[in-house]
Amino acid sequence: MIKKNDHKKAWITMVIAVAVLALVGLLDNLPSTIVPSMLLTVLQKGAIYALVAVSMNLLNGFTGLFSLGQAGFMLLGAYTYAVLTVPVERQASVYQRYKGGGLGFSVTQSLGNSMGQFGLLLGVVACLILAGCVAGLFAWLIGLPVLKLKSDYLAIATLGFAEIIRAVVMYEKLGPVTNGSNLLYGFTSFTDFHLGSLKLTTVMPFLFAGLCILVVVLLINSTYGRAFKAIRDDEVAAEAMGINLAKHKRMSFIISSFFAGISGALLAMFQASVQASAFKAAMTYEILLIVVIGGIGSITGSVIAAFLFVGCSEWWLRFLDNETILGNFGVKVKFAVVFGAVIAAVVAFGMLRMKRKGKKLLTHAVQGQPAVNWRAVLGLAVAAIALVWDIWFVISPNLKLPLLRQGFRMVVFSVVIMIVVLFFREGIMGDREFWDMGRRKRAAAKKAGASE
Amino acid sequence: MFDKILPYLLAGISVGGQYALISIGYTMVYGILRLINFAHGDIFTVAGFAMVYAAATLPLSVSIPLTIVLTVILGVLVEKVAYRPLRSAPRMSVMISAIGMSYLLQNSMWYLTGGLAKQYPVLPWVSDRVNVAGTTTSRVTIITPFLTLLLVAGLVLLIKRTKIGMAMRAASRDFETAQLMGIKINNVISFTFVVGSLLAAVGSMLYFSNYATVTPTVGAMPGLKAFVAAVFGGIGSVPGAVVGGFIIGICESLIKGAGLTTFSDAFTFALLIVILAVKPTGLFGENLTEKV
Repeated sequence: MIKKNDHKKAWITMVIAVAVLALVGLLDNLPSTIVPSMLLTVLQKGAIYALVAVSMNLLNGFTGLFSLGQAGFMLLGAYTYAVLTVPVERQASVYQRYKGGGLGFSVTQSLGNSMGQFGLLLGVVACLILAGCVAGLFAWLIGLPVLKLKSDYLAIATLGFAEIIRAVVMYEKLGPVTNGSNLLYGFTSFTDFHLGSLKLTTVMPFLFAGLCILVVVLLINSTYGRAFKAIRDDEVAAEAMGINLAKHKRMSFIISSFFAGISGALLAMFQASVQASAFKAAMTYEILLIVVIGGIGSITGSVIAAFLFVGCSEWWLRFLDNETILGNFGVKVKFAVVFGAVIAAVVAFGMLRMKRKGKKLLTHAVQGQPAVNWRAVLGLAVAAIALVWDIWFVISPNLKLPLLRQGFRMVVFSVVIMIVVLFFREGIMGDREFWDMGRRKRAAAKKAGASE
Repeated sequence: MFDKILPYLLAGISVGGQYALISIGYTMVYGILRLINFAHGDIFTVAGFAMVYAAATLPLSVSIPLTIVLTVILGVLVEKVAYRPLRSAPRMSVMISAIGMSYLLQNSMWYLTGGLAKQYPVLPWVSDRVNVAGTTTSRVTIITPFLTLLLVAGLVLLIKRTKIGMAMRAASRDFETAQLMGIKINNVISFTFVVGSLLAAVGSMLYFSNYATVTPTVGAMPGLKAFVAAVFGGIGSVPGAVVGGFIIGICESLIKGAGLTTFSDAFTFALLIVILAVKPTGLFGENLTEKV
């Protein structure tokens, strides 16, 4: 039964979606003096990562199956898409190591030639769905033996499976199709889409990823979704309630892989080239960390975290990778003041915590020697050294900012991730969703009103 | 025929011994904490880098023990920072923490070393070429299996005959009860990491003597394979890990010899999936019933 409320919700969702797409389309077409090209890159890649994070969350967060095979399914999707869409005339140069390689046809090209932009879109959609289906098919195959395994065995088996896929794709004998360990390029990418003279480079990934995420959201709110959550919370109880464990686990695994395959294809489109060696276990780890940062079991969280993650790694933290010399005295003082303030704040916070816990730097033991709180002393010593460095930094000329060097960005990044993993295990959203925050508040208010 | 197989067989036994040394670290930690220590492979790589930098300035007689000590300290530190705060958290959280730690170690190594491959120092005598039954190979190939077996024998004695070994066995049998019996569980876990890291350091010396260069991500693959070896042998069992390590090393080397290098990694993981599907407890694993 469709409630009146559902109609309203559908309308609101549609309006928001159209507004977002229009905004992105606007950004796409503004001159590069106003919109930095980095922003567009982050938006495109962020949308794709959002989709793959959501697909992983469906499995890990909503069904409780800890799988680490995402990179493998993305690889399958990316290659399926790329192989099907490399234009005929470029196949000779792309497959130059394998004479006569390539399929001899290109889905998007033949449809694009006969029907223009619409045909191109049709071809891309068909290839994306096919990419998802190939990933889903392999998920079904691998799921037969693997889904019986428990938590960490499942993780390591799926991780291993992803490695096997990578090895097979890079196999020399498959070269005429997959181009072995060489790059595949030249296929249809986001830049090929335009409406008249309007560019649609960023709109397309938003459209595709958004549609897929919408499907996942609808799935999670359906009976199947509730069954998944029941399995996650308690397998035994779920089985007792009549949920077919094997069927639902398999279903979740296949659907998750289907969308991972599509996101792999989208990633290939974004990069305009694809190589099997990029889809390593490290990629899966990154996606897992996005899911964790966003909150395991929250679609909204995964989407937000994906954009944050991509933004940080591609754009906002870039400055950490450059060696920087602050010559200007004013800038230097500003930096030193901020740095000093941060240290002071940390020390003050530590002192406050100690006071609240009733600890002192030097406690007089009831009998005998006074006991020194070594941890606090060590902390103070480090803070003092940092302050001395801070002052020295201001007076010495042209001192290079320490630590900033190629690779520092990733160190800072992984430290932040570890802090989230250790101290903020809920992530950004916990298991809440954007759309039920208002509802929960209202429910809480109602409850409070009733109890009064 | 035998002449052709022999070099691969020797290489396989050698690399198998190295996997065995790494996989002991996995199997012992898993036995007690029920945790796949994803950072173990990276600790193995850190040992490689430590050796590169130590040997650049210090004589080998100092740099070898120094490397081992540094690796052990790192191993214990990782446990303290990343796993101890999550002792009562769900297993998935700890595993995510382990993955995060592996990510952190890899990125830190990349930053500190500049991401370039470093030449591993040549260990005299160990790296010399010798002639075995008509094929030349480096001496490390011959030493590895014996050294591995020696270390494992020592470890088994330690586990079976000493008090700390008994505590480890108790902790792996039942965590909470062991604690109730007065075993200081944190010390036992730290000690497990000490042993695991020590063997990883020795394994890294043998491994890199054969492969000559160290890069920040080089440890990921041997790490995963060593874990497969641990599962194959039956997780939690030290002799199982050793047997698993040798079997995987030899098979892999023979597959390479047959000209199917691409599939040598794939074989290992296929083996994992098969063994998990057929006999999840591995060759020597105990039949543990999963607690609900």
